[in-house]
Amino acid sequence: MYEWMWRHLPGPWPVRALICLALAVAATLVLFHWVFPAVAPLMPFNDGTVTPSG
Amino acid sequence: MSVGRLVRGGVHGLGELFITLGVVLLLFVAWQLWWTDIAAGQTQRALTHQLEQQWQAPPRVTGRVAATKLKEIPMGDAFALIRIPRFGHDYVRPILQGVDLDILDRGVGHYPQSVDPGEVGNFAVAGHRVTYAKPFNKIAELRPGDAVVVETSDTWYVYRVQRHTIVTPDRVDVVAPVPEQPGKKPTARMMTMTACHPEFSARERYVVFSVLDKVVPKTGGAIPDALR
Repeated sequence: MYEWMWRHLPGPWPVRALICLALAVAATLVLFHWVFPAVAPLMPFNDGTVTPSG
Repeated sequence: MSVGRLVRGGVHGLGELFITLGVVLLLFVAWQLWWTDIAAGQTQRALTHQLEQQWQAPPRVTGRVAATKLKEIPMGDAFALIRIPRFGHDYVRPILQGVDLDILDRGVGHYPQSVDPGEVGNFAVAGHRVTYAKPFNKIAELRPGDAVVVETSDTWYVYRVQRHTIVTPDRVDVVAPVPEQPGKKPTARMMTMTACHPEFSARERYVVFSVLDKVVPKTGGAIPDALR
């Protein structure tokens, strides 16, 4: 997957590395802003309330 | 394409997938343990500041603020501040209406069925013990007699810790008007705080009961002794 990406990115290697870094940062932002907040309520350590369902 | 090459490619791809998943899991841990504290801390400070500003400004409609009952406050709105000297001299967090998870991420949540601060019955709140700026992180350090101060637009309510208990999450009776005695008619002015227990688990709840000790009107800038 990553090998394939590397082969298909344009430009010399410093440009490719920069694009890779940008992609990694973008992926992290998406995770931090949308994915993790959506998953967190399902985690077993975030609930401090008492409810009839437990 | 030979079978060997296909298998090698598949194993390679699977390996990359697992490494990626591992990195994502590490990122999640970092987000949960580090980033939520920072982000929620900012939100909670902003809400605190906003409330303080709001209280200083003269009410636009005379008497409206004082007359507002908690039942009329929309879910998710901040209406009071909680100060607990045992948690630090500058410890202050907003109290919001409701205990849904998205509300608890912004401060301490008020069980909407429970009474207003200072009333006969049980003023019940919940808070995160870990993550999201963890307002009740040190709940287990509270000792009998410790002050828990609730500040509203016009009044300070000073509660004193009585005792704590550890219960399973389905024990809704701890937030009953008479704690742990559901159905009984209340005569005392109680406060209940709940948080998860043990830390990083939701197996049980750490519950602290307090009783109202003093009511100090804010007129003339009065501050309760418990905060001095």
